Formats: sequence, structure tokens, C-alpha cells
Amino acid sequence: MAVTVLLPHVLQSDAGGAARVDIAPAAGVPAGTAPAPEPPAPPAGAGGEPATLRAVLDELARRHPGLDRRLRDERGRLRRYVNVFVGSDECRAVGGLDTPVPDGAEVRILPSVAGG
Amino acid sequence: MYLLVIGTRKGLFTATAADGDRRTWHVRGPHRLDSEDYANTAGVYAVGVDPRTRRILAGAESSHFGPSVWYSDDLGESWNEPERAPIAFPEDTDASFARAWQFAFGDDPGTVYAGVEPSALFRSGDGGESFELVRGLWDHPHRGDWWPGAGGAAIHTVIPGRVSAEGTDPRAMTVAMSTGGVYQTRDGGAAWTPANRGISAVFLPEDAPEYGQCVHKVAVGSDGEFYAQNHHGVFRSSDPAAGWTSIADGLPTDFGFSYVTHPHVPGTGYVFPVVSQVCHLPPDGHLAVYRTEDAGATWRPSVEGLPADPYYGIVLRDGACTDGADDPGFYFGTRSGDVFCTVDSSGEWSRVAAHLPDVLSLRAVEV
Repeated sequence: MAVTVLLPHVLQSDAGGAARVDIAPAAGVPAGTAPAPEPPAPPAGAGGEPATLRAVLDELARRHPGLDRRLRDERGRLRRYVNVFVGSDECRAVGGLDTPVPDGAEVRILPSVAGG
Repeated sequence: MYLLVIGTRKGLFTATAADGDRRTWHVRGPHRLDSEDYANTAGVYAVGVDPRTRRILAGAESSHFGPSVWYSDDLGESWNEPERAPIAFPEDTDASFARAWQFAFGDDPGTVYAGVEPSALFRSGDGGESFELVRGLWDHPHRGDWWPGAGGAAIHTVIPGRVSAEGTDPRAMTVAMSTGGVYQTRDGGAAWTPANRGISAVFLPEDAPEYGQCVHKVAVGSDGEFYAQNHHGVFRSSDPAAGWTSIADGLPTDFGFSYVTHPHVPGTGYVFPVVSQVCHLPPDGHLAVYRTEDAGATWRPSVEGLPADPYYGIVLRDGACTDGADDPGFYFGTRSGDVFCTVDSSGEWSRVAAHLPDVLSLRAVEV
């Protein structure tokens, strides 16, 4: 499977200047199935389940570790004023980092309204 | 030349003065810590200047993208951020780094300590590019009782090498936190003991708790004496482990955030009184600075040259400092964005900068 992550201008230098990053996250594991041992990670698209947003961000972090620390703290928690939309849904209104990201989806990262 | 590093609520500024009387300053900023400008108007709660290398450290916190540490090796001309997060809590702590509140430099080259929020101490051996958690303090059995003050739960005072007026020791250190109070180690950070006897805690039911105080700033005089500006109360001690003595008599109020000692003259120092814990304004609505020359036995206003009109900006924990020069300059910045300087031989304050964002942290050096 493949998803596209869209970055705001302010974060593009942390991704080598890219405005969009096409990635193939590890697919989700069907409920009730034991997690696959690692390595190897499940191949992209394996199992037919959508990836989680966490898996998308993990793959993004693997490619661009400097970008990940802008989005999540060292415990992997999404920073308070970073909003991540899966399609048109802000992830916190859906399933947080467990939000399913279907094949072909767009994940848009936007700074929230903050400060004064 | 004199360099003043000014951390504000919205970015890092510097000011330089070429003349010895330090009355004419060239102010620059906000500095571009990163090329995308995402952190360039971030809050800068901690700044430090390495006394050996003149490396400047700035702990900045983007409200969107989190905290980090930037450094400059050319007095602020250019800035770098370590590739990996310089301060991060280990996985087993279930904590995450929120803000750097203090940088302090150890005797060994490259040794930097960072006091952070949540209340913890980190140590760097490479000049501030990477830090490790000081486990002894993090694992202290009191830690669960350290509550956040209004500014957050943080270690905001770090004094390497000293636990009393009896000389220095590389394995000794004193820290202060809000809340929690003063803690000291004598074995390089493995074991820590509270040192708060005599310091009040008006927000706790006990008169004299062993710990839990909200000590806003601790400073050490040139003779090794300790001074503390508390959340109500100003104190002095030759040996904090033995106890502290009030030196607040003669001040208009015993509340405040900062304390600065003279780098060469024992007993001389400055405080910046604030009305109370519920009214964070200067007394009588005027900028207030008080100076003692007898270790707090007496105080007198030090206001010559300061604005005489009503003024409502106060001085925060790290908002005052000295440059340590032979004829030392003393500096303070306010939440109204003004920075003032006095040279010891003059006794008169002059303005360094006006109308900056709230001043959070100041460090000055002669370069």
C-alpha cells in the first residue's frame, strides 16, 4: 500500500525540501492475529488491512528522524499543536495515532492555531 | 566588548557594547535559529554562555513543534541544532522533555548541566550537543511530591561545584526547583538530600516541611555564601544543609523571582521585589530594584536612572545577571520587554533595550 504525506512549508527542510512524501507503511495486522515477528516487517500491503497513522509516522520517522521530533515527543505522543488529517478527518477526532490510513490516502500535517 | 544574550517570549536577541561604561548598546534579533523560522519566535527560557569557549546555548520552545537546544560558536552570527534531539528522556521514564530552564557549566571542559521541565537534571559532556539524564535525582523518592508551580515543574537553578561556603568540590552540586525546593549532592549526582530548613512554604499546611518549597532562585556570592529568593521569603545560608536565615527585613515585599550576587564583593547583591504570590506586579506600580551591601542585613532602593513613571513589568527567575567583569555590569530584563544595565562603579541604571517581548532569560559576558 502507499499513502502520501503532505507537509507544511515550515517542515519541508526537515524532509529534504519535499512538500509531499510518498511512503509505504507497514500494513495493519488483522484483529486477533499475533503481531509479526521483526524483522522482517510485514511487507507493504500485506494482510489487506489499512495501516495505522502510527505506522505512517513511524515510516516517515525512519526516513526523516529530524522531522519526527517536530511532530511527536520522545514517547511518540503527537505534539499538542500539531494536527494530522487523514483525508478530511483530524486524527484526534477519529482514533488518534490508531486511526486507519487506507491505501492511497493523503495524510496532511498542519500546525494548529496556537500562540498569541 | 560586552555581549548580552536575551531570551524572550518570542525569540532570542543579543546586545553588544564596545565601551567600558556600557551605556551604548547595539541590539539585534530575533536571531534566526533555524532557516525556516519555525523556532525563531519561540520562547527562549534558558540561555548560557560557556565561560571557556564562548559557545552560546539557547533553549527554545516552539509552541507547535516542541523544545530543542541551539548553539552558536560565533557569538550569535550563526546557529546550529544538533541532528538528534539534544535533550530527551529515556524510554523507561515515561516522561517527555518540555522545556529547558537553565544551563550551567561544570569545571571540566564541555560539561554543561541543563535544568529542565519536568523537574530533572541533564548532563552534557560535549558542550551541550547531547545530554544524559542524571538518574540519581530523577529516581529520588521525593520526586512524586514535586508539584508544578505556575510556571511548570522545573529545575531552574543549577550551581555546580558548591554545597556550602566551604569551598568547591567537583562532585558537589546544588539545584533548586519549583516546587520541591533546594537539593544537594556530594557524590557526583548519585545521592541527593533536601536543604530547605528555614525556608517557608506558605502554600503548604506545614510550617517547615523538609521539602516542597518553591525556591525561585539561588545565587552564590563571591565568598561562597548562598542567597535564595523564595516564593515569599528571602534567605541567606553558609551551609544550606544546616539551614537558612531570613534576610527579608527592609524590603518592601519578600516575594520575587531573581537574585543576583556581586562577582567580587561579598555580601553585595540585588533583588527585584514583586507584591505577592497573588499579585505579580512591582510594589506601588513602580519598577523596583533593591541592593544590599551587607549580606541582606539592610537593603536600599537602587532606582537611579530607572523610569519614574508607573511600571508593571516584573523580573522573572532568570531575568537578571552580571557580566562578571572587574568593574561588573548588572543587568535585568522585564516582562515589559525592557532591559537595563548598571556598572558597579556608576550606580546608575541605563536602558539597553526597550519594547522587546517579555524577557525570560539573560546572560552577559565580556568578550
